[in-house]
Amino acid sequence: MKKLDRHQIAARVARDIPDGAYVNLGIGLPTLVANHIPKDREIILHSENGILGLGPKPAAGTEDEDLIDAGKAPATILAGGSYFHHADSFGMIRGGHIDICVLGAFQVAANGDIANWHTGEPDAIPAVGGAMDLAAGAKQVFVTMEHLTKKGESKIVERCSYPLTGVRCVTRVYTDLAVIDVKPDGLHLVEICAEGLSFDELQKLNGVPLKYRAAA
Amino acid sequence: MINKICATPEAALADLSDGATVMIGGFGNAGMPAELIDCLIARGAKELTVVNNNAGNADAGLAALIGAGRVRKILCSFPRQTDSWHFDKAWRAGKIELELVPQGTLAERIRAAGAGIGAFFTPTAFGTKLAEGKETRHINGRDYVLEYPIHADFALIKADRADRWGNLAYRMTARNFGPIMAAAAKCTVAQVREVIELGQLDPEVVVTPGIFVQRVVRLAKMRKAA
Repeated sequence: MKKLDRHQIAARVARDIPDGAYVNLGIGLPTLVANHIPKDREIILHSENGILGLGPKPAAGTEDEDLIDAGKAPATILAGGSYFHHADSFGMIRGGHIDICVLGAFQVAANGDIANWHTGEPDAIPAVGGAMDLAAGAKQVFVTMEHLTKKGESKIVERCSYPLTGVRCVTRVYTDLAVIDVKPDGLHLVEICAEGLSFDELQKLNGVPLKYRAAA
Repeated sequence: MINKICATPEAALADLSDGATVMIGGFGNAGMPAELIDCLIARGAKELTVVNNNAGNADAGLAALIGAGRVRKILCSFPRQTDSWHFDKAWRAGKIELELVPQGTLAERIRAAGAGIGAFFTPTAFGTKLAEGKETRHINGRDYVLEYPIHADFALIKADRADRWGNLAYRMTARNFGPIMAAAAKCTVAQVREVIELGQLDPEVVVTPGIFVQRVVRLAKMRKAA
């Protein structure tokens, strides 16, 4: 079996982002999605620190300390972009104006619950940022993650064991093995991405029963 | 005549006393009023409650304030960073209280304070640890959590340009929490790159009207616009 690497997962997510979408990309793997958006699509990236129309990384020597992205890295703004304050920025998120957000996760449950902010360990310093707002507010919540933990356990689970970020909010999961839709009646396999992986093998690895019907 | 311009940061913060609640603008270094924080540290005010998105980076600004042991409690959304060692140390030693607030809830609680809202219901964090013990309500098919405003004695923010009435214009993503913190505090002190004559700031580009700003300090040290 040949699993997808991080860039391939990002490229697979990018395929599903339609022209004209307002999109928020989380830190880490989700950020890579921006590198794979087809040239013929105009997609407006939202950065929660106050940008619509986030552009690519600036060329060396042209960074401006007043222009950064949500990961606090130097950024640029596209023609047509805008700046706004934090309450407006999260109003866009909470108010359902962001079409898609892409988040990383520790676990996703069959009912769409997501856990991605805290391991729950008592000495771990908690930090949540905008993850709970995005989970609650974006019209569609896409999750990217490796399908299995280092120990080989499925990160798609019946019920999250880590502290929750949001309830019943994930709409689609992209892993190094498969793309899976979260629907009211359970998990639907959209496609198997890992080369040489059969449905039965995927079903064995996945923590929760999968319905074998491609999404429309 | 109205003149909100203060000659020095020391004059602008002269009455900031122990135990005050202080909002500090900025997201990372963008919009962080570094020179005002330096002045706050030098003045020695302690037992502060601080509101910021983070809990300081590296050894300057808010990190230095925490490192100096001046912060009793912090309200923020994202304290843990690769370079938040001053906060990490204080938190592990039990020397600082943390109220972790989702970023959008933090922003809205600050906005609510400035806008005279008594409380609001938000969908964010419903069903999570951060909503434990809070009142919830089912409204039109969705579940919401009751959140209260955050008021402050002082807001220390950074803007780009100001006039003597306290009207502010910002620069790029340095705007972040500035406008909402300005409205939420009893006394807002803005450090700015440039003070311009009344009438030179186009009313169309004023983001924070002067009614929300009590004091302005021009700090020439601040980097000039690129």
